[in-house]
Amino acid sequence: MDSLIQFAQQDLGNPGLAALLSNPSFAFIQLMNSFSQAMNLFIIAAGLSLIFGVLRVINFAHGAFYMFGAYIVYSVAQEWTGNFWLGVAAAGLGLAVMAVVIERGLFQYIYDKEHLMQLLLTFAVVLILSDVAKIIWGTDQYSVSYPASMKGAVDLGVTFYPTYRLFLIVVGPAIAIGLWLFTERTRFGRLTRAATQDREMLSALGVNVPIIYTGVFILGSVLAGIGGGLAAPFNSPTPGMDATIIVDCFVIVIVGGLGSIWGSFIGAIIYGLVFNYGSVIVPNWQDVFPFLILLAVLLVRPWGLFGKPEGGNA
Amino acid sequence: MTGRMTRPVLAACLTVLVLLALVPLLESNYLIDLFNEIMIYALFALSLNVIIGYSGNVSFGHAAYFAIGGYTMAILLTTYEWSLLPAFAASVAFSFVASGVVAYFCTRLTDIYFAMLTLAFSMLVWGVAFKWRSMTGGDDGFVGVDVPAFIAERVPFYYFSLVVIATAVAVLWVICHSAFGRALLAVRENPVRAGFVGINTRLMRWWAFVVAGTFAGIAGSLFAMVHRGMYTESAFWPESATVLIMTLLGGMYSFFGPAIGAASLFLLERLTNEYTEYWPLVLGTILLAILMFLPEGLAGLAQAVRRQILRGR
Repeated sequence: MDSLIQFAQQDLGNPGLAALLSNPSFAFIQLMNSFSQAMNLFIIAAGLSLIFGVLRVINFAHGAFYMFGAYIVYSVAQEWTGNFWLGVAAAGLGLAVMAVVIERGLFQYIYDKEHLMQLLLTFAVVLILSDVAKIIWGTDQYSVSYPASMKGAVDLGVTFYPTYRLFLIVVGPAIAIGLWLFTERTRFGRLTRAATQDREMLSALGVNVPIIYTGVFILGSVLAGIGGGLAAPFNSPTPGMDATIIVDCFVIVIVGGLGSIWGSFIGAIIYGLVFNYGSVIVPNWQDVFPFLILLAVLLVRPWGLFGKPEGGNA
Repeated sequence: MTGRMTRPVLAACLTVLVLLALVPLLESNYLIDLFNEIMIYALFALSLNVIIGYSGNVSFGHAAYFAIGGYTMAILLTTYEWSLLPAFAASVAFSFVASGVVAYFCTRLTDIYFAMLTLAFSMLVWGVAFKWRSMTGGDDGFVGVDVPAFIAERVPFYYFSLVVIATAVAVLWVICHSAFGRALLAVRENPVRAGFVGINTRLMRWWAFVVAGTFAGIAGSLFAMVHRGMYTESAFWPESATVLIMTLLGGMYSFFGPAIGAASLFLLERLTNEYTEYWPLVLGTILLAILMFLPEGLAGLAQAVRRQILRGR
């Protein structure tokens, strides 16, 4: 081990790698950082993936939903009530309302159109929402404080770790299991899966498919809103955050496989690990690594690690 | 669609060319710069249409090649003090090579995965431009491009730009209306049947991608010179979406449609900025309207109107 550390330090000239090898608690903190970032991203990406899985629309506006979630938490928690959890609930509720309006008002007309039309329609929504956010909240960068009960750090034996980030690590898998139970064990979940398989047949069996579509769109969008709300304390709400997060989500859902919840889960963890360890080993280039992974996956398994090999509804 | 221009189209092209050549006579710096940029974006949109309108694949990362051309030009002219011709040649060559490599991978996929892979590559280019601060200037942008003295003034540069773009558009026109362009259309309409007829569809799509990337690189090189700089926004994904909107607005099933789309959108942006800072809101609304009511773009609208008039007679 010592020779390995020396090799990293002197022969490779990489102090980051040497620190990871020589300092277990530093390496451990990176691991925890990877997981907490991954779990926050998972919540958002799962919504995107869920919507694609059923509606077959890649929603560029998902990033804007996330941004609205963060802004709503700022307004409700920071400015108005002072209660962070009330803010997160409001973010979820607000996004549910937005989702109904956008799905019923626009998206329902494009399900059988070409992909180009769909992409551009969702991009139009991005443009409109980003300016609406500017009109409401301006261009300032807001800070949202951590919820009062989670301000400190917890002793994990190896090292102390911030309570809030630990909470994110727990909440991610909980949401994943919840979503899995929902799609696998409930009637609505079964209908959702049926709608993915054969929309027309389901409709012929007397099921109200448009309602299912709306329901799934609401669920996915609420996840984006809650994800944005939970991110607000460490990712200050600011214009432009929608354009960056959507690219991260694309990387995750494509690596994991579009439409697969566990795929997004694993994709998010891969993203978190690559980003956090990458930033230590090759500082400043961490933003590029996720794209390299994405390229590798797209070239070998375009349908992603957990996806099914089919070309959408082309 | 024949290999020769019909007389009205040729006449229209020459008229536009003459009018553009007369712009400097207005002696307005604002207008000269405005038309220069419009021409650059027109070429950018026309190049994208080779992939979309002719080969039928949607590239969501076309800004990458615009940025590659622009950054290469900026860096070679300024950092390495190359003279204009070698720098231009190298910038075009590099756009060609870069799009060739990306096309090799992207053409293995179709449809939504093709779009996503082009997006991923463009974000990689953006990431490099953003992080390679010592070479590209990072998020401050590459400022202060050394434009060679003989075209450093506004008017000479305008004419230089006009000649380059007019030549580029003419070459694109010839390419799109050659046997190659027809084969591409066959691939777009029915890849399976085109394959049976003996067309190497993947090779065709590769060439379409490379032609598009190279000409986007030319547009980018000119952009770097007219702005005396290059910025990471040019490689970011919303830029790819913007040029896609230009193409769609003009109409992707006609050759000149995208140029008209680029000009309209660009003018509209300038006009909107006079009154409000919320240009994206306006653009989003326009885009919604096109998608809902005008899916074939302005060129499609013009054709529909012409059909109506002919029927009325």
